[in-house]
Amino acid sequence: MFSGFDFDVIERSLPYLFREGMTFTLTLTAMAMTGGIVFGTLLAMARLSSAALFNVPAATYVNLMRSVPLVLVIFWFYFLVPWIGGWVFHKIYLLNPQGIGSVLVQLFGNAVKDGQTIQVGAFWSSVITFTLFEAAYYAEIMRAGIQSIARGQVSAGQALGLNYWQNMGHIVLPQAFRNMLPVLLTQTIILFQDTSLVYVLSITDFLGAAAKIAQRDGRLVEMYLFVAVVYFVVSYTLSYGVKHLQQRIAIIR
Amino acid sequence: MSYNWNWGIFWQPAPDGTGVYFGWLISGLGWTLATALMAWVIALSLGSAVGTLRTTPVAWVVRLGNAYVEVFRNVPLLVQMFLWYFVLPELLPKALGDAMKQMVPPWASFWPAVLCLGFYTSARVSEQVRAGIQSLPSGQRMAGTALGLTLPQAYRFVLLPQAFRIILPPLTSEFMNIIKNSAVALTIGLMELTARARSMQEFSFQVFEAFTAATVIYILVTLIVVFGMRWVEKRVAVPGLISAAGAPQAGH
Repeated sequence: MFSGFDFDVIERSLPYLFREGMTFTLTLTAMAMTGGIVFGTLLAMARLSSAALFNVPAATYVNLMRSVPLVLVIFWFYFLVPWIGGWVFHKIYLLNPQGIGSVLVQLFGNAVKDGQTIQVGAFWSSVITFTLFEAAYYAEIMRAGIQSIARGQVSAGQALGLNYWQNMGHIVLPQAFRNMLPVLLTQTIILFQDTSLVYVLSITDFLGAAAKIAQRDGRLVEMYLFVAVVYFVVSYTLSYGVKHLQQRIAIIR
Repeated sequence: MSYNWNWGIFWQPAPDGTGVYFGWLISGLGWTLATALMAWVIALSLGSAVGTLRTTPVAWVVRLGNAYVEVFRNVPLLVQMFLWYFVLPELLPKALGDAMKQMVPPWASFWPAVLCLGFYTSARVSEQVRAGIQSLPSGQRMAGTALGLTLPQAYRFVLLPQAFRIILPPLTSEFMNIIKNSAVALTIGLMELTARARSMQEFSFQVFEAFTAATVIYILVTLIVVFGMRWVEKRVAVPGLISAAGAPQAGH
């Protein structure tokens, strides 16, 4: 069945696949996870707030992100970030041309001075995209986590004189994180798989690197099978670990 | 820096000479829905079967079902899409593989996309079905068999009717996922909604109008599905049978 296939191409391209591709994929996953959980937790807190000023925008944002395909969101931000970034940095530059404005000019060039669109680069564009997209999903998980904490905990915190941020930071969120840890990690495994979609921007992530070799050498079958096996091994190992963690946490509670 | 807004772009003729840009988006929506619905047929039937088998007392069937789910869950959808489109025709017998490759354009990417989304989602559906059946008290199965039902009959008349009512909300979100995930098929050349918005952007340079329109269409579809399923849930609800609120789940 596999006669006529050249599995040697995999070995030859291993350094490129892992040093270029997998490094990108893992860096993007780690950054989007960190940013996504932080922003997602803030969104969850805003969504559970009783003030319409906070809960309406948060709910709108989460529902909007969750009803649009990730591919479309990737395209959106790829075009949107240079415009918004250019506009925001131009305003900052006008406020303070000597200090932070000059730093921005050094980072992004004269576009900041003239108020043009800026060049963000594929990496930062995808970090922003995945952070903002996954935040909506992390927010739903954290919302469930915060809601799973008994009301008495919050009341006890208030009775002790803690303000909102102290109550959240010391009482509610540590417990919520702990309860939701397995789900947060499962979401991160999904994020790890989802980052392969940066392929649509021709970025060299793990899949993108494999696709480049596959097309250059005409070895689609070998490369894509290899990619599938690697993703499977990584994701399966991680989800196996999450399952064990879940059991350990379940015993402690 | 000033973006030239032109909302009239939707009624300007598209470069392929077949109509206006708005027609492009509508035809894209048609392909999105066709792909999602066809894939949903596979996902629901296969997923229900696998999910049910995973709750039977036969150990090797359960293991086989678990392996099925792990395979489809732990490989990214995009990679699976490539496997169905690029790799499968090469591994099949030559005549069949050639037949797959020689299909006329929309079908050559439509059928792999349908199969890919169908199998991918079937693994997720089977998880829901399994969870639904296992959430029922074990007394239900015992009462069924005590009444003289065979195991298949107990499933058919006692367990599945309750399980499916319980898992209607998660199944709704799986259905919305399949609509959203069909956008991944643009990588194998299917001209569905996101691909249409993208090519409209490439031809007309009206980036934000094109993507706004696609976003609005996706939101409308989501709203229709949500309200439709709410109606279905009310229709099939059994008085006294309280559906359990689902535990939070990871998703995309």
